[in-house]
Amino acid sequence: MANVSIRKVVKAYEGDVQAVKGIDLEIIDHEFVVLVGPSGCGKSTTLRMIAGLEEITAGEIWIGGDVVNDVPPRDRDIAMVFQNYALYPHMSVFDNMAFGLKLRKFPKEEIKRRVDEAATMLDIQMLLDRKPKALSGGQRQRVAMGRAVVRNPKVFLFDEPLSNLDAKLRVQMRTEIKKLHQLVPTTTVYVTHDQIEAMTLADRVVVMNHGVIEQVGAPQELYHHPATRFVAGFIGSPAMNFLPCQVVDDGGLKVQLADGTKMAIPAARVDRYGPYKGKKMTLGIRPEHMTETHDSEKPGVQIMNAKVDVVEPMGMETLVHHFVDGVAVCSRIDPNVHTGPGEILPLAIDMNNMHLIEDATNRVV
Amino acid sequence: MADGSTMVVGAPAATSPGPRQAGSMKQLARRRSLAALALCSPLILLIVCLKIYPTFYAVFLSMLDRKMNNFVGFDNFAFMISRPSFQLVIFQSVLFAVTAVILKAFLGFVLAHLMHNIRGRNERVWRGLLLVPWVIPLSLSTLTWWWLFDPSYSAFNWTLNMLGFEDIAFLGTVWNARLSVIAVNVWFGAPFFMIMYLAALKSVPEQLYEAASIDGATAVQRLFFITIPMMRNIILITVLYSLIVTFADFDIVRILTNGGPQDGTHLFATYAFVVGIQSGNIPRGATVSLFMFPILAALAFFVLRDVMKRNKEMA
Amino acid sequence: MSASATAGNMPAPKAKVGSMEKQRRMALWASYIALTFFVIIFLIPPFYMIITSLKTSAEISAQAGNPWIVQNPTFDNYWELMTNAAFQRYFINSVWVTAVTVTLSMTIAILAAFSLSRMGFKGSQVLSTGVFLTYLVPPSLLFIPLFQILGWLGLINSTWALVLLFPTLAVPFCTWIMIGYFSSIPKELDEAALIDGASYPQILIQIFIPVALPGIIAATIFAFTVAWGAFLYPLAYLYSADQATLTVGIVRELIKGDVFAWGMIMAACAMAAAPPIIIYTFLMDYYIAGLTAGATKG
Ligand SMILES: Nc1ncnc2c1ncn2[C@@H]1O[C@H](COP(=O)(O)OP(=O)(O)OP(=O)(O)O)[C@@H](O)[C@H]1O
Ligand SMILES: [Mg+2]
Repeated sequence: MANVSIRKVVKAYEGDVQAVKGIDLEIIDHEFVVLVGPSGCGKSTTLRMIAGLEEITAGEIWIGGDVVNDVPPRDRDIAMVFQNYALYPHMSVFDNMAFGLKLRKFPKEEIKRRVDEAATMLDIQMLLDRKPKALSGGQRQRVAMGRAVVRNPKVFLFDEPLSNLDAKLRVQMRTEIKKLHQLVPTTTVYVTHDQIEAMTLADRVVVMNHGVIEQVGAPQELYHHPATRFVAGFIGSPAMNFLPCQVVDDGGLKVQLADGTKMAIPAARVDRYGPYKGKKMTLGIRPEHMTETHDSEKPGVQIMNAKVDVVEPMGMETLVHHFVDGVAVCSRIDPNVHTGPGEILPLAIDMNNMHLIEDATNRVV
Repeated sequence: MADGSTMVVGAPAATSPGPRQAGSMKQLARRRSLAALALCSPLILLIVCLKIYPTFYAVFLSMLDRKMNNFVGFDNFAFMISRPSFQLVIFQSVLFAVTAVILKAFLGFVLAHLMHNIRGRNERVWRGLLLVPWVIPLSLSTLTWWWLFDPSYSAFNWTLNMLGFEDIAFLGTVWNARLSVIAVNVWFGAPFFMIMYLAALKSVPEQLYEAASIDGATAVQRLFFITIPMMRNIILITVLYSLIVTFADFDIVRILTNGGPQDGTHLFATYAFVVGIQSGNIPRGATVSLFMFPILAALAFFVLRDVMKRNKEMA
Repeated sequence: MSASATAGNMPAPKAKVGSMEKQRRMALWASYIALTFFVIIFLIPPFYMIITSLKTSAEISAQAGNPWIVQNPTFDNYWELMTNAAFQRYFINSVWVTAVTVTLSMTIAILAAFSLSRMGFKGSQVLSTGVFLTYLVPPSLLFIPLFQILGWLGLINSTWALVLLFPTLAVPFCTWIMIGYFSSIPKELDEAALIDGASYPQILIQIFIPVALPGIIAATIFAFTVAWGAFLYPLAYLYSADQATLTVGIVRELIKGDVFAWGMIMAACAMAAAPPIIIYTFLMDYYIAGLTAGATKG
């Protein structure tokens, strides 16, 4: 069990591709940290530098109080679970799990005890004699996790471990990973591009983009208080709607869209947004905050008529796509509200949950 | 998107703590590639000493006179090419390689289709039986062919007589001998084409044929518009490779005819053997072998281009 | 063909299905007949080899009756060969040359392939290509300069010459096969092993070699085939009978004497062809997979 700290770490591949551009991250003992971001943003690279599979171009990585930059993977006392499981195809499940211990010259009884313990925990005792080929995807995933657990390492590293599984199994394994971490609270770094996985598993989520960290925070914090336009757009599904706007003073602070529509800014935010008067801004509003109108509306709610373009019933909710000021926008409404393409639907916009992004810096203000 | 750049500590700043690490990391990388090179060194040694060096040495040898004392430039080449007997060797080598490869490719193609038709039904046994010619060491099966062609004991001629035909002097006349040599080579090489083409046939997705059938393609159209284009690559590369091997063939002619009758069946390899080893004229022998080089190099170039292209596509 | 035709008469499409089935069955039978024909043609020489090997010299020279059948089958030719010191010598020469060639070639090929597919160094790409090129250099191109080189080394008329030269024929293709198999092992597998604590030698021995075993079998068979069947090099460099390998021993030494030794010559051929045939019978699938793997990709 250990802290992991990443200090000003840079990774450049030959050809001057900077995959990771100087990131800082402190991970405390027992913490479950999820790295999330779009494809190619440098998540895997970061994880693999922690593992020692990639050399670090600049900066330092510490594991449990030591700089490990020059420590080979086997001496870092970490375990890693790969997306394609990377089980040794010629070894039985038992041997797969025991391999690391055998190489470290553990006594036979100890190996057996640990493997059995891990197998029980992961519910794969009856598979120990099988070869990986004879296992289902979920079972392979468990074995891969078992291989990590038996070593009892300082840090677990997961690189998109669930993306090869079908949707249903993915949800199930997600829960298992969470359970496993509760049982064995080892420091964990988990890479995924699936934000739901990130939100459900993480103590803290690290959002990366283009080799830099955009924001680090608890899942709820990222959702409610995104720091940048990227995080605002990345976290939440369907994604937040962005509308170009300006802040104007028209008998009270308001946001004005390009087509002239004005919406009052709630009193609580007036001070915060005051300084941005006249600048080019973007209004961010999540689909769940653009819903059908109710009889009694809270203060700070604006009504807007939308011409429905596409309706997507999802069961527990319905997504409505329409245009505001020429920008495609998605709203989330009660499935019981009937509407169809071409109809006019009044929508309530909850300005209490609005976000305002300064275009010049792309930061949420 | 340069957003979040305020959080970035620029790379130049980040390098400041780590000149020491950068150095040692480079050292590590260097040690690794040194180890990699060491693992390859037996291979490199082998290729350099026993492939590349002999090639250059052959060029050197070919420029010496008979006693190997004087440097004569390209005289040996000029002399060889002016000799009708050597011109015959060139003709026969080309005739042999081209005819044999075409026949092998055609036969292999037919056999592969037949095998593909019966797929799954004792395929292994049939394939095994068809591969027998290819499995027996060529020199030994050629010896058997020689015995079958033997002028006085030929089992073929016995059969012909039984059927009311005259004897054929299989190895007795130049053209008969040429055809016999080609026949043996086709017999030996066709199975190789068959397995390559069979593998190619199997790799054509079944859906393509189904889609074509639905589009109303006939069997012949499917062959020309799906099978052959899909197999194009493998057909080409197998043919090129086989041209190289057939062109440089030695065993069949050496054992079956030893170049005769009237030196009508000599190939480069057998002729070089006679000149260089048997008559002991090393420079002339090297010259004869080297005549193969441009042709082989051209063929190798095409094979390599194809292989590289595919590697690129795969990457 | 059109759907409207089916509206009135239901049996029509049924009949069509029946004829398609019939056509398919016909095609299958035609294939079987054609294959049988080719198999017979292909097997004439080996068949005749065995038939002749079972005949006595007297029966062969008498030329009485059908040469395709044996009148008085006998294993005498085989017994005689087995107790013939010269033939034993050829066999032993072939076995030891082949064994050393295979071991040497596979060691060189596996080490190089591991390095080229996994470790890499400056110029490793060039080397891979170069390896493939040398595979395309046939033995008949270089046997004359090699004759001189062997002369300097004092290896003319020594089976050691073959041990030195056969790897040049086997290694390039073996390396090529092994690179293919090693490259198909996912990178994550060695990374997992690295994290599990394995060193590079351990990864090679405990992960790569077992996982790429089919490739190793294929490459080994190739090396075996090359060494066992080679004819030109032993013919060119080994002139005395006691150094001859099987191919040269049979072709050069056995043929010399009595013309009516054909029974024995064919028996020798059959015995020399037996090891490859046995090996192919059991391991053919691996070999074919190895040969065609590179070619059918992409
Ligand atoms: N060996 C390499 N050489 C050069 N560039 C590389 C190499 N490996 C990765 N990259 C580049 O580095 C960047 C980050 O790659 P990385 O694998 O970390 O992305 P990722 O965030 O894990 O993406 P994904 O979700 O697709 O796995 C990418 O732009 C990639 O193209
Ligand atoms: Mg990744």
